[in-house]
Amino acid sequence: MVLLLVVAPFFVYPLFLMKALCFGLFACAFGLLIGYVGLLSFGHAVFLGSAGYISAHTAKVWEWPPELAILAGTVAAAALGVVIGALAIRSKGIYFANITLALAQMVYFFYVQAPFTHGEDGIQAVPRGMFLGVFDLRHTLTMYFVVLAIFLAGFLVIYRVIHSPFGQVLKAIRENEPRAVSLGYAAERYKLLAFVLSGTLAGLAGGTKAIVFQLASLTDVHWTMSGEVVLMTLLGGLGTVFGPVVGAFIMITLEHYLAQLGAWVTVVQGLIFVVCVLTFRRGVVGELAKLIKRPL
Amino acid sequence: MSTVFGVPTQALFGQLLIGLINGSFYAVLSLGLSVIFGLLNIINFAHGAQYMMGAFAAYFLLQWSGLGYWWALLVAPIVVGFFGIVLERTMIRRLYHLDHLYGLLLTFGFALVIQGMFRHQFGSSGLPYAMPAQLAGGRNLGFMFLPNYRAWVIVFSLGLCLGTWYVIERTKLGSYLRAATENPALVQAFGVNVPRMVTLTYGFGVALAGVAGVLAAPIYQVNPLMGADLIIVVFAVVVIGGLGSIMGSIITGFTLGVVEGLTKVFYPEASNTVIFVIMAVVLLFRPTGLFGQDK
Repeated sequence: MVLLLVVAPFFVYPLFLMKALCFGLFACAFGLLIGYVGLLSFGHAVFLGSAGYISAHTAKVWEWPPELAILAGTVAAAALGVVIGALAIRSKGIYFANITLALAQMVYFFYVQAPFTHGEDGIQAVPRGMFLGVFDLRHTLTMYFVVLAIFLAGFLVIYRVIHSPFGQVLKAIRENEPRAVSLGYAAERYKLLAFVLSGTLAGLAGGTKAIVFQLASLTDVHWTMSGEVVLMTLLGGLGTVFGPVVGAFIMITLEHYLAQLGAWVTVVQGLIFVVCVLTFRRGVVGELAKLIKRPL
Repeated sequence: MSTVFGVPTQALFGQLLIGLINGSFYAVLSLGLSVIFGLLNIINFAHGAQYMMGAFAAYFLLQWSGLGYWWALLVAPIVVGFFGIVLERTMIRRLYHLDHLYGLLLTFGFALVIQGMFRHQFGSSGLPYAMPAQLAGGRNLGFMFLPNYRAWVIVFSLGLCLGTWYVIERTKLGSYLRAATENPALVQAFGVNVPRMVTLTYGFGVALAGVAGVLAAPIYQVNPLMGADLIIVVFAVVVIGGLGSIMGSIITGFTLGVVEGLTKVFYPEASNTVIFVIMAVVLLFRPTGLFGQDK
C-alpha cells in the first residue's frame, strides 16, 4: 500500500490524492473511536475544522513555519478533545452522539462570529512555507510527500494503539463495559483517552489540510462534515484498520467525479448511507475480511 | 417609551413573541422525536427533512389543487405521515434488532436523500407561501402589536402538544404505548399488535413534523434546507429535556425558545449558542436530561 501511495502522484492528480489522504487520516481517527470503543461521535468535524483554523491563523497571521502551525492546530484539537470528551463521555449511545453533535455546533457558532475566522470567507491564501526550513512546500510533489509522511505517521499511531494492550482494553469496553469495569479497568478514563487521541489525530488531519489547500473555512466545522466522516467509516468498514482509509478514498473519488452534478451529490451520499446500513453493515473492507477470513 | 432593564419594552416583547414562536416549533418537533424515540428507540434524524416536506406539501397543495392553508393543515401531515409509514415498513423495521445507532445513521441517510432531491428541484432560495386571509393582520395589545397568525401558531402548537400528552399519558391507547416501550414481548402476548402500533407511532411522529412544517410555511420561506439547521437545535432541546420524555419536550421546547429570544435582547452575540451552553450545563449535572430517565 505504501509503495502504491509513493508512486501514485506520478499518475493521479496530486491535489486530489492529498485531499484523500487528509480525509483518510481523519476517517481513521474517527474509526478508532467508533470501531474500537463503540462511541459514535457526531461532532468530529469540530476537531478537523478547529485545527484547520488554528493552523491557518498561526501560519498566515503569526507567520509560523508549517510544521509548527500544524502542531499548534493539533494541540488545539487535543485540548478541545479533553473539554468535549470530559463533558460527553459520561453518557452513552444516542445521548453521546447528540451531545457531541451539540457541543460541536456550539463551537461552530463561535467560529461563525469570531473575527479571526473571517466568517463565510474563511482564512484564505495561507502560505505553505518551508517545511522544517528545508523542504519548499510550494512544490506540489514535496507537499505530497510531506502529507504522505504525516498520514503514515498518524496511521501507524492508530495501528499501534489498536494492537496494544490499551487497544485490547478499549475493545473489551466496547464489548461489555460493566464487565471491563468489574475487571478493574477505569472505563471512563480509557474512553476519554481514546476520545482525546482520536480528536488529536483528526486535528492533525485538519491542520495538514489547511496548509495543503491554503484555506480554512466553515465547511470543515459544519455538522455535515461530521456526517460525511461517519459515512466514510461506515462505507469502508467499522472496526477494521484499513476500512476508514478505503472509505475516505471512495467518498473523495465520488465527490470529485460527481461534483458537476450539484445537489445530486447529497442524494448519492444519502443513498450510500441507506444501502450500507440496510445491506452491508460490514463495509467494503469488512466484507473483504470476511471473504478471506482474516481481520484487516 | 418605557424600558425594562435598559431595554425598550417594545423590543423586549417583540423578542419574547419570536421566542414563543420558535419555542412552539421546538416543542412540536422535539415532541415528535420523543414519541418516536420512546417506542422505536430510534433518533429520527430525518425529522428536519420531514418538517421541510410538510411545508412543501402545503405549497404544492396550493399550487396544484388550490387547496388553501386550512386544508393543508389537515392533508399535509397525513401525506408526510404516510411517507413515514412507508419508510418504517420497508426499511427502518429491519434495524430493530441492531444497535440503535444504526437507526440514526439510516435516518441521516434519508435526510440527505430528501434534502438533496428538493434542493436539486427548487434550488436553495425560498418559495413564498401566503398567510391565510382569516389570520392576516393583528391586534394592538397596548404594549405591543400581536400579529394574529403568530398568536394562532402558539395556541395551536400548545393545543397539539397538550393533546398528544393527554393521549399518551391519560388514555387506554397511551397506556398500551407506554407498556410497549417497557416490554414489547409481554404486551404482544396480551394480543396487542405491537408492530402495527410501532408503525403508526412513527407515522404520527412524522406527521407532527409535517404539521410544524405547515405552520412554519407562512412565517419562514418554504426552503429545502429549512429543516437542516433547525433540527440540530431541536436535538439539543430534546437532550436537555430528556430523550423520550413527553412533558419534558414540551416544557423545554417552549422555555428554551423564550430563553433564546431574551438572549437576543440582552446579549445578541450568544443567541445562537445559548441553547447549547444550557445543554452543556444541564448535562454536567444530569447526564440524562432534565426529565429523562435512564434506559
